[in-house]
Amino acid sequence: MRASLPNRLPRPDDELQRLRDAWRTPKGWRFITTVNNTNIGLLYIATALLFLLLAGVLGLLMRAQLALPENTLIGAPLYNQLFTMHGTVMMFLFAVPIVEAVAVYLLPGMLGARDLPFPRLSAYAYWAYAFGGLGFFCTIFFGVAPDGGWFMYPPLTDAKYSPGLGADFWLLGIGFIEISAIAGAIELIVGILFTRAPGMTLGRMPVFAWAMLVVGFMIVFAFPAIIAGTALLELERAFDWPFFDAQRGGDPLLWQHLFWFFGHPEVYIIFLPAAGIVSTILPVAARSALVGERAIVAALIATGALSFALWLHHMFTAGLSALSAALVSAASLAIAVPTALQVFAWIATLARGRLQWTTSALFLLGFLATFVVGGLTGVMVAVLPFDAQVHDTYFVVAHLHYVLIGGMVFPLFAAIYHWVPLVNGHALSERVGRWTFGLMFGGFHLAFFPMHIAGMLGMPRRVYTYPADVGWNTPNLLSSCGAAVFALGVGVCLFDLVRTLARARRPHGNPWNSATLEWLPNEEFGARSIPAIGERDPLWHRPGLAAEVQAGLHWLPGTASGGRETLITSVAAARIHHLMMLPGDSALPILAAAATAAFFFLLTLKLPFAAFAVGTAGVVAALRWLWQTDQRPFQPLAQVGEGIVIPVGAQGLSRPAWWAALIFVVVDATTLSSLVFAHVHVAMAGDACPPPGTSAAPMTTIVSAAAAWIAGSATLFAAQRLFARAPYSVAAFCSLLAVAAACAAGGSALQIAGFLTSGLEPSANAWSATVGALLGVGALHAVLLGVCAMFLIARSIAGRLGPESRASLDCVVLFWHASTVLMLASLAVVQLMPLV
Amino acid sequence: MTPLRSELPSILAPAGPVAAASTDLAWAMLAGSVGVISVIGALIVFALMKRRTVRPVPWLIGGGIVFPVALLSALMAYTLARNANPPLPADTLVVSVTAHRWWWEVSYRDPRDGAPIVSANEIRIPTGRTVRLAVTASDVIHSVWIPQLAGKVDAIPGRINHLVFAADRSGTFRGQCAEYCGDAHARMALHVISMAPTEFDSWLAGQADDAAAPATDRARAGREAFLRSGCRQCHTIRGVSAVASRGPDLTHVAGRPWIGAGVLRNEPGAMHAWIANVQALKPGAQMPSFDLDEDTLGSLAEYLEQLR
Repeated sequence: MRASLPNRLPRPDDELQRLRDAWRTPKGWRFITTVNNTNIGLLYIATALLFLLLAGVLGLLMRAQLALPENTLIGAPLYNQLFTMHGTVMMFLFAVPIVEAVAVYLLPGMLGARDLPFPRLSAYAYWAYAFGGLGFFCTIFFGVAPDGGWFMYPPLTDAKYSPGLGADFWLLGIGFIEISAIAGAIELIVGILFTRAPGMTLGRMPVFAWAMLVVGFMIVFAFPAIIAGTALLELERAFDWPFFDAQRGGDPLLWQHLFWFFGHPEVYIIFLPAAGIVSTILPVAARSALVGERAIVAALIATGALSFALWLHHMFTAGLSALSAALVSAASLAIAVPTALQVFAWIATLARGRLQWTTSALFLLGFLATFVVGGLTGVMVAVLPFDAQVHDTYFVVAHLHYVLIGGMVFPLFAAIYHWVPLVNGHALSERVGRWTFGLMFGGFHLAFFPMHIAGMLGMPRRVYTYPADVGWNTPNLLSSCGAAVFALGVGVCLFDLVRTLARARRPHGNPWNSATLEWLPNEEFGARSIPAIGERDPLWHRPGLAAEVQAGLHWLPGTASGGRETLITSVAAARIHHLMMLPGDSALPILAAAATAAFFFLLTLKLPFAAFAVGTAGVVAALRWLWQTDQRPFQPLAQVGEGIVIPVGAQGLSRPAWWAALIFVVVDATTLSSLVFAHVHVAMAGDACPPPGTSAAPMTTIVSAAAAWIAGSATLFAAQRLFARAPYSVAAFCSLLAVAAACAAGGSALQIAGFLTSGLEPSANAWSATVGALLGVGALHAVLLGVCAMFLIARSIAGRLGPESRASLDCVVLFWHASTVLMLASLAVVQLMPLV
Repeated sequence: MTPLRSELPSILAPAGPVAAASTDLAWAMLAGSVGVISVIGALIVFALMKRRTVRPVPWLIGGGIVFPVALLSALMAYTLARNANPPLPADTLVVSVTAHRWWWEVSYRDPRDGAPIVSANEIRIPTGRTVRLAVTASDVIHSVWIPQLAGKVDAIPGRINHLVFAADRSGTFRGQCAEYCGDAHARMALHVISMAPTEFDSWLAGQADDAAAPATDRARAGREAFLRSGCRQCHTIRGVSAVASRGPDLTHVAGRPWIGAGVLRNEPGAMHAWIANVQALKPGAQMPSFDLDEDTLGSLAEYLEQLR
């Protein structure tokens, strides 16, 4: 054993037992209160796989209908619900959740953390997704599922052409599941940046963590666009605000911009984690370090950034200007380069090593073969004249399944075969695995290759049937047969999975000789001690690491407080910074999630009073949960190594919570930017701005509103200065907060009053509707800031706000000033646009 | 005489220069793809054969960057060269297409006075002449696509998009709505019939005429039935009823090879079946199935069948 290890033997007798006690998972029905990311990760993965199966069954029903021409098995109304739900569930309830789920499950171990920094947030995100997703799926059993396609293009999805509840379920259900995805992204970003094992610099961080870091940022910038879009479409449906109605100055393409600004990055949000999985497993299977690790990380970042420049390529046939179409076409070709770079790095890794022919490796090879084909058809559809032909045909159906199943599901199955031993120490059967792979790979290509041909023979997408005499019969029949074979493969795997997971738990060891830390011996708290890392691929370079960690020779071998805690390290160099106290298990996240889901469903069912009743219950649960956060440290310092003492907790910018709040502010700003984009889009589309019969608010009122917002921020600044004096006057502090909240409320009220005096009628035209939406967002901010102020006042009076427990104040300050800036910016755009 | 049977709507069997350019591009890219797949497949086999010393730079820079950049640049250059858009000739035929749920309103300009000549669900064009479709939609988004002639363009409410093509041979080319538009999306075909220019001119002149007067008593009864039974609420028969545009113009419906936007061939008996069973033949269509007595139905069908 190395002499320089952080701790020495022997360890105190009760150290391990105290650690176990702190992290014990509740038994029986109380299991639902668990917040440990390892448990939540498993639930999350299982739920996402359930949605894979459910949406897969919908796909099989569609293939049954399309097996023969003029088939009468399923009529158009049900078929349209089937393909809408298949796409929606696969994209929103399977693909994005499962990549977050796998990350939530694997990352604590892979990074060497006891847990990620906000376990209760993960629990909330999971339960919100599970309740919301299952409720949403059940609509198909009542025939009220949405039927406007997963892309929900208006006018087809507005109240006139989709009068039922289906579209509302989509908009509220999916909008709310996006919120859960963002919560997950915040947890992952902050976790990856701050909870890595000491010494795991960014350069030594596993590629999967890099991929998830990039994906986390992509979610933060992409998902707000769809949240804004769904909010606008729901407002149009519910209150007749004509954002997308061409007759009243709206534009159906506005929705397409918002949808695809989210929708294109979404594809890479799904693919990059899979690429990260491949870069993690492939070197293990090939028994060689990854070739070009830095190049691969650069490729991941480049892909993430470029993916935001491509959304227009879903709209090539919508009548874009020739210049923008050509630029997007070039960018769409360019994104093939970082992907090709990764493919060559993987092949080079295979060449440098010697492949172990495990099932996992088979799926990786299946991935390479399939994904290369999908990438090539992707290049083809990036070329304008060809896209004009095959857009919205079965060629695109084939392409997207090649990149999503080939590019994501095959790596996912490789991951399942690779990582299942972590769950209970047993691997899946390799013999059954060959069948799984053979059936899935063969079935996949039989199902989806003929679709390229059907598309080129002129078959459009989303048709519930087709004539017998136009040449599409054979490819469709082959596709339907292939789908059945593919499903059989999934079924075989499921059978083996259930059989394997039912076995008794045993230590997993390192069955594939992997390089990453999740294979260290671990229990509910992760590894016994947090390893000091000095290189990439630590388990390959340090054969003794597992034994050292298990013996408690590395960092934090027990619990300093008797509760849950993990090390916070610096972002780049991963130097130990402080010890973070983690919250314990609690029923509050699941209660808040259930209330949130119920709120949205009751709202969809047009039961506003019941909705607000449960909504209030949800807010109470969330406030109670927040009340328990940000406690004073149990002691100022804690020992984590021999003679090494670090601070417990931190304040201000060193604190993960502040960074989480910052990301939340970015989400908020991106959402508001999407609404401002909508406003500018309809303002510029009209002949006059504002449209005839409409006028902007009186400038004096708007200037007063702006002044009120600024006064709110200034008062908050004064309150913060007052707080910095210790001891501070609680009464004066609370009064200042109340004044600040009143200023924000006044700012919002003034801007609304200004537009009411100028006769704003949001249903009159799209310009007024977008102004109405922006005013609504202003009011929402005023309310949120009011709640924040009351929360701080309550904490201050209760003595829970002090120099060592000031995170809630710091986060509110950040959000408050950001809100002021955002409100001023949106007011400026609305008021100044008519002048230019 | 125009062939009634439409060709298979394959993008690999182009019938005009615009589609031919994209077909050439398709073949070039398919060939290139087969080449790339072969190279990568061979590399994977090479990689799997035995353990080798790998120098990362040739793999990453050569394979990962130079190889795709070279191929993609060549593709971009070829596309730009092969798909230059020449200016439209002066004699370009302009046809307005307005998509409705779930049929196509097609409007020509009378060459004599520029007055609109309205038809539905088929576009007739003179072989060899360039055509520009001005495309929009009245309700939801649709998309015009005739694979053998050109790529598709979306029909969007509030916007007019253009689609330019020409047919270099006579024939009937099938197309179909390519943007999901609701229940009968699968039953919204559009046919383009390319005919000799002289034949086209006389056809168009005929289309400008009012409807043929009924020649038989039964047909006369059918015209009465048309006026009485509610048909004219949605359909126009020029010279017979006022303009109503919720459904296709029927002035010359008997001259169209299909009815119901490609649902039925316009053969004897088809009109009868259509009126009585619209909802069975085209579920979700805006037109109800008409529960008329056999006599009325028969005369109505006979009247419509002689509206050439």
